[in-house]
Amino acid sequence: MEAIACRDCDLLQHIPPLPPRGKARCARCGETLATGHVDPFRLPLAFTIAATIAFIIANTMPLMGLSAVGREATTTIFGGALEMWQQGSEITALAVAFCAVVAPGAHLLFLLVVLISVRRPPAPRWVGEMLRSAHFMEPWSMTEVMMLGILVALFKIAQLATVIPGIGMFAAGAFVFLLAAVLVTLDSREVWARIEWADGTLPAAHTLPDALGTVQ
Amino acid sequence: MSAETLSAAEAGLLSCTTCHLLSRPADPANLGHCPRCGTRLVFRRHNSIQYTWALIIAATIFYIPANALPVLTTTALGSTESDTIIGGVIYLYTSGSWPLALIVLVASVMIPLGKLVALAYLLIQVQRGQVRNRHDSTRMYRLVELIGRWSMLDVFVDAFVVALVQLQPLMSVEPGPGVVFFMAVVVLTMLAAQTFDPRLLWDTPRERQAFDG
Repeated sequence: MEAIACRDCDLLQHIPPLPPRGKARCARCGETLATGHVDPFRLPLAFTIAATIAFIIANTMPLMGLSAVGREATTTIFGGALEMWQQGSEITALAVAFCAVVAPGAHLLFLLVVLISVRRPPAPRWVGEMLRSAHFMEPWSMTEVMMLGILVALFKIAQLATVIPGIGMFAAGAFVFLLAAVLVTLDSREVWARIEWADGTLPAAHTLPDALGTVQ
Repeated sequence: MSAETLSAAEAGLLSCTTCHLLSRPADPANLGHCPRCGTRLVFRRHNSIQYTWALIIAATIFYIPANALPVLTTTALGSTESDTIIGGVIYLYTSGSWPLALIVLVASVMIPLGKLVALAYLLIQVQRGQVRNRHDSTRMYRLVELIGRWSMLDVFVDAFVVALVQLQPLMSVEPGPGVVFFMAVVVLTMLAAQTFDPRLLWDTPRERQAFDG
């Protein structure tokens, strides 16, 4: 059995072997410590590839178009940030570009590399670095917040002009659901168990992951 | 809880903040790095209380111009109109969409304020050394961490309204100076939530003294 300290309250406890979709919760504070997965690598990889395709379409195709008094305008996700920049709000433009384009893109890319690399354990050390970077990007990847923001923006504009949703909008919606599927199926614990240790030793237990990190 | 509960720190074990591997430091004075992923090991985040206070004080200061200054300036047929965040909520409400008005009100006003109050409350409890209800406090912290990003909503609304409504010379919308302050409030409160170490809520006073070096 693997010993672990709860992230939220530091309680030391053992994680029993979990059935598929079973959850181990902290005995003291209730935080989810581990989840049992049927297929911790192939399923999240499939979702990540699908999410990448949706992400590329969402960012290259027009998000929506607007027509008023014979004039037409379209915008992409990046166009939202660009227009902010051109109107003189450079810092806000950078934040929008980071949360709507850079962070989701980097998050996906890192996950893709990690999931491909761990298919043949042991994965080299830099894969761990990638996984860490992916976790860093996670809270800043705000596509679902952006979608709700677009909805509110559309309502505000709808009083002034006719708005036509574009392909990019549907792709962004699909991306939100696919990314959620990736995060639910991914198991960082299993990934870490397949990554080479910092001192150069192989993860002795990639065939026997329960022995990893056990306290003697 | 039963008397046999033992935290990793009490057992002299370090939990890696990156990969969650437990390890025992060879030298208590020099904790070193995680043997698996190489992250620097610490019992508790260094100066977590001070950093979190600094971030929420900065966010509180920015919260004032964020609400007082306009976030959008609309120019239509020669007339100019400026809207603050609350002005945007009122506009949505009066134009017949109270669900959207409510969403923006919750995301832009209640969540940022609630986060500042909740984090200050948690910090004061930890500093007084007496955490009243650890379960509720931990739950409150998780909620703050989970919903913080939704405050970015208004920034996205403004960006896309600005991007689409560029029909010069008939009508154009420009971002106002309030947006950047509001964005700063959201980013600073998100960082404050990440900096706060929830394990401090569960530490005994003796443990706290040992870590807060």
